[in-house]
Amino acid sequence: MPVYLDHAATTAVLPAVVERVAEQMGGLGNASSLHTAGRASRRVVEESRETIAAALGARPSEVVFTSGGTEADNLAVVGTYRRRRADDPSRNRLLVSAVEHHAVLDCVEHLVAHEGARVTWLEVDGEGRVDPGTVRAAIEQQPDDVALVSVMWANNEVGTVQPVREIAAIAHEHDIPFHTDAVQAVGQIPVDFGESGADLLALTGHKIGGPLGVGVLVARRDAALEPLTYGGGQERQIRSGTLDTPAIAGLAVAVDHAVGHLHEHAAHLASLRDKLVHGATAAGYGITVSGPYEVGDVTRRLPGNAHLRVPDCEGDSLLYLLDAAGVECSTGSACQAGVPQPSHVLLAMGVPEAQARGALRLTLGHTSTDADVEAFLAALPAAVERAQRAHRASRGSGR
Amino acid sequence: MRVVAAMSGGVDSAVAAARMLDAGHEVVGVHLALSQSAATLRESARGCCTIEDAGDARRVADRLGIPFYVWDMAERFREDVVEDFVAEYEAGRTPNPCLRCNERIKFAALLDKALALGFDAVATGHYAQIVQGPDGRELHRAVDPAKDQSYVLGVLTADQLARSFFPLGDTAKPQIREEAAARGFAVAKKPDSHDICFIADGDTKGWLTGRLGAQPGPIVDTDGEQVGEHEGAFAYTVGQRRGLGLKVPRADHAKRYVVDVQPRTNTVVVGTEELLGVDVVRGDHLRWCGNPPTGEASYGAQLRAHGEEVPCRASTDGTTVTVRLDHRVRGVAPGQSVVLYDGTRVVGSATITSTGRSTSRPL
Repeated sequence: MPVYLDHAATTAVLPAVVERVAEQMGGLGNASSLHTAGRASRRVVEESRETIAAALGARPSEVVFTSGGTEADNLAVVGTYRRRRADDPSRNRLLVSAVEHHAVLDCVEHLVAHEGARVTWLEVDGEGRVDPGTVRAAIEQQPDDVALVSVMWANNEVGTVQPVREIAAIAHEHDIPFHTDAVQAVGQIPVDFGESGADLLALTGHKIGGPLGVGVLVARRDAALEPLTYGGGQERQIRSGTLDTPAIAGLAVAVDHAVGHLHEHAAHLASLRDKLVHGATAAGYGITVSGPYEVGDVTRRLPGNAHLRVPDCEGDSLLYLLDAAGVECSTGSACQAGVPQPSHVLLAMGVPEAQARGALRLTLGHTSTDADVEAFLAALPAAVERAQRAHRASRGSGR
Repeated sequence: MRVVAAMSGGVDSAVAAARMLDAGHEVVGVHLALSQSAATLRESARGCCTIEDAGDARRVADRLGIPFYVWDMAERFREDVVEDFVAEYEAGRTPNPCLRCNERIKFAALLDKALALGFDAVATGHYAQIVQGPDGRELHRAVDPAKDQSYVLGVLTADQLARSFFPLGDTAKPQIREEAAARGFAVAKKPDSHDICFIADGDTKGWLTGRLGAQPGPIVDTDGEQVGEHEGAFAYTVGQRRGLGLKVPRADHAKRYVVDVQPRTNTVVVGTEELLGVDVVRGDHLRWCGNPPTGEASYGAQLRAHGEEVPCRASTDGTTVTVRLDHRVRGVAPGQSVVLYDGTRVVGSATITSTGRSTSRPL
């Protein structure tokens, strides 16, 4: 069995989730129907909504089911922008961190290219963190034209946890809505929607042992959003479409489990992460950790994230060599036409492009063990040496 | 062996990868990203660097159950193939970019990276055969003469050949398509790529003009009389007849061809058909797939991709080769390669520097 160290991409579905989804998938009923089958389905959906709301410090009416994190982010950013701009055409500026996931970044780029938006990118420090003072300064340039502030709760590549409470508070001083992408945060660090002050929060099922294809936008009752889909008017008229009862039921099991076991889970992940980071940085290849890192820390960095930079090699060579040695991981950044691109997150953190190319993201999850970390550390030296040789070969001139 | 299968997304390289796997090798599929901006080629069905081609290659790899990676060699390709192509045309020569790509990218940059990563060899979907001879591996023509690609592989050294596999050389193209269909590959009916992959619309002249700018100059006949104008001598190739736009007809109305391109004076020279025939070819940039000939040896010479093979005698002084053809051949341009064959075996290759006519022989 290969060693799986890519839990930030997706993680193993919990057996209890599989059971719950299978049980519901065998049932009949549209949660919007009035007859008995519909009522049975609706009951499952609403109980799931209550479970999820309770786990996240939200009210049930604030839980809007979506097809996943990307749709939730799109709905938050695009939906808020369109409504705010419709209400007041001068509100066309978006304040967005430079290290967001593409589910947010590409919305912003679309709105700038096609819908008259302007963007102020919120810069990050060398650890990938947005200083609340940066947000304040960006708002105070001209508070009246801001449509939305969006800063992720925790970064998917380097695991940096953002000061979302402080940022939300600053946005609220100016009555500006605040969205946070919490896709990576839920289940690894405490996420309390009400206490955070966020107006909008995105999460997805498959990062926490839930089903693929289901997520939530937590939206305050007073969050003003234009829908992106039109139809039956489900989910407060914000997100039309027949509700996916089995997936929603499975998601509730996963959220409940993730939040219920948060502290023991985080401690387990952090101990594995620390062992991994220690082993890799002590291996003698000049490997460094990106983002904030301290042994035992579970608050400033996601406990399950280890992001390494390996000098003088390409991340995709490392990926291949580790895969061939039975270790599955990621470079953390997106591809363009299959070609790995240097990470926009690392570049925003001030990492030189050549260094950014040697990135390796190792992410731990509920199935991870000491043996997984040991297998990775055993495979690492040969992979690094070969990848560095390949790097030199491809830099060299032709024959 | 651990083998990288170079997968373009076409039917040939798909079957080549499958055959390597069947032969018991450990195979990893690699698609080369050669375009600087893959998105700009998205609309094009040609070539081997569109985003759809990478997807097609990945589908085949997934079906074979082998790992698949895209390696970004766009920068190397730009420097070693595209810029070389431009520079050669600018210098009045006619390069073959496929051959250059094999020499500098597929069997150099790709092979070097593969070896460094711990692979033993590279396999491609080229139609050619490797035969174990008394002195090592020999490169031979494919059994399907219509598809034979040994010409564009003639630049490979013995060292590169020792690390290469061409699993399709023993099969005719129609059978490869049948095999691809039988293996369930979606690319079984995909059209062959043709033309130059980085010139998406196939308009080489327009592309070169875009790169080098219009450089108007005269078209003259062999007496030096101006008979037309051109927008850049670089866009003309010896032997070319179409697209000359000559304004002054010949008294005898004989067809005229480009017989010389003179980049220094930006002049294109046209003349009648008999001026195109040459039977002496000199070349440098020698590559021998084994031992070089001693004295004057009898071989067959091929002067362009899919060109006929002409009996010849060849001799070398170590840095240049002189090839005396048994009969005159038309449309031989400096910059092209001459590949020498002994039977079906590739002896070696050279880049043509000059051509001429021996006076002793009739037309």
